[in-house]
Amino acid sequence: MLAFILRRLFQALIVMLTVAFIAFMLFQFVGDPVTNLLGQDATAEQRQQLRADLGLDQPFALQFAHFVGNAVQGEFGISLRQGRKVSSLIAERFPATLELAAVAAAIGLLLGIPLGVYAALRRGRFMSQLVMTGSLLGVSLPNFLIGILLILVFAVVLKWLPSFGRGEVVALGPFTTGLLSVDGLRHLLLPALTLSLFPMALVLRLVRSEMLEVLRTDYIKFARARGLPDRSVYFGHALKNTLVPVITIAGLQLGGIIAFAIVTETVFQWPGMGLLFIQAVQFADIPVMAAYLCLIALIFVTINLVVDLLYFAVDPRLRLERSSAGH
Amino acid sequence: MSAPLASDAGVLARFFDGDVWHSFKHSPMAIVAAVMALICVVCAVFAGWLAPHNPLDLASLELMDARLPPAWDPEGKAKYLLGTDDQGRDILSALMYGARISLLVGLASVALSMVIGVGLGLLAGFVGGRIDGFIMRVCDVMLSFPSILIALLIDGVGRAMFPNAHDALAFTVLILAISLTGWVQYARTVRGSTLVERQKEYVQAARVIGVSPLRIMRRHVLPNVLGPVLVLATIHIATAIITEATLSFLGVGVPPTSPSLGTLIRIGQDFLFSGEWWITIFPGVVLVMIALSVNLLGDWLRDALNPRLR
Repeated sequence: MLAFILRRLFQALIVMLTVAFIAFMLFQFVGDPVTNLLGQDATAEQRQQLRADLGLDQPFALQFAHFVGNAVQGEFGISLRQGRKVSSLIAERFPATLELAAVAAAIGLLLGIPLGVYAALRRGRFMSQLVMTGSLLGVSLPNFLIGILLILVFAVVLKWLPSFGRGEVVALGPFTTGLLSVDGLRHLLLPALTLSLFPMALVLRLVRSEMLEVLRTDYIKFARARGLPDRSVYFGHALKNTLVPVITIAGLQLGGIIAFAIVTETVFQWPGMGLLFIQAVQFADIPVMAAYLCLIALIFVTINLVVDLLYFAVDPRLRLERSSAGH
Repeated sequence: MSAPLASDAGVLARFFDGDVWHSFKHSPMAIVAAVMALICVVCAVFAGWLAPHNPLDLASLELMDARLPPAWDPEGKAKYLLGTDDQGRDILSALMYGARISLLVGLASVALSMVIGVGLGLLAGFVGGRIDGFIMRVCDVMLSFPSILIALLIDGVGRAMFPNAHDALAFTVLILAISLTGWVQYARTVRGSTLVERQKEYVQAARVIGVSPLRIMRRHVLPNVLGPVLVLATIHIATAIITEATLSFLGVGVPPTSPSLGTLIRIGQDFLFSGEWWITIFPGVVLVMIALSVNLLGDWLRDALNPRLR
């Protein structure tokens, strides 16, 4: 088990270093920063001085090490477009994305799992057919189209909900949240729903097929034969055993949610990291791109690691296998 | 393994007599999907002849006709069946031209990912060892990130490298971005089947008589591992078109001078609030139509080519 974790950690480290290298290489493509900063008619001494100040006269490997050192401390320089420190820009936008992603994930799981169980237990009924058709749409419609359709229906035609921005936010220390004000919640609803539809549909379909599989097994028949009430058979025995694949998918989808937040944030002009990143891509704002790249890689690597470790917590068989086969 | 092909007529006759065609005739879903896809493709390919107006010809635009609703609306004009956008462009014509660009980028990306993926998969499966290990590790890492994110990053890097890219370069960057995210599936599939084929007698026989490894890979193994690749490619077309639309919607896709479906949706979104829903909804409908029909065809093809399901 320990060897497994160590190997995983090592792999994660390699991935992070690779991503950091890509981010570092980004800076090499944007041309000579010295010329950009000093202009054309600077003297040779001035250039030399700035080169030394920026550390550009050092060998390549040392520059990279320097970059990684700064990145670990969250330091990525100054945004070319906004003229502010990238770290403070990201810190300002991060809560918005986190809030959106967390609420979307919660909606996805809290609706996806029960609907999946329902579709499995009432297989063939009209309502569960409806749920399945709906989930097919959720999987196949592009995310931004769903957002536009929701805006059209709820913001333009019915005029029930606002369609852009975060609305009123409440500050909790360095963190801001819209969850504590009615206006913030109203603004959050449409984007969170848009973002949650894909993972919800995926979880729903997965839970349904796993439930159908499990309900056929002998121990379910045995549980019924023992005269256990339906509820305890379904939720105590059957659902529990469908959770291993669900955790995998839910974990990986959490990453997907953060990635697709870029699209949702663009549709709803949600002031999060995704919107920041897409603007950075449009204007070739390298420091912001590099920072986002490293941060998102860190989030993904962490999620994958946690999912791997959760297996052990959830599935006792895996623990047994590993420890008997392991060292 | 490359049996001498019969004449073209013979191949056609064999096709219409074969299992695949038979299964197609008896699957109403596949026929509907094929008809839908065919309509989209014909409209896109022959946009220059079929479209009632030329949306790229600025001289023919009349600002007086801007933002007209579809023809069935009392305020619409019969001349513009699906209405016009803010510059007086005919939506229907813009859709046809836009679908052409979407399909073009989608197909080019699929073709490129297929070449990269099949090549690397063959290499990994046939050579094995360190090369195999390295390629598969790269696949693992790429699979742990959502494809849209990787495409965005490659696109972003491309934009940073060529800040003043002209149109042709912008297209190249876009196609590269989509195909560099899509090759992993092909590589894994092909590697798996290559590992199986490598053990078979015909490969050993070819080795014994001294055929070079490269030639064995290309002439003997490749034709035998292509079946699943075709199914993958069909479904991948839909994914690639949606990825392209998403990137264009985000404003980092095709250059604005040649709008694709995603660009049209992006433009139209600004007019949702002033009530001009048709500018954004129709491109969305076409996008879903293309993606859905291609997906259905892919599903059907997968079942039709799988002998176990018959």
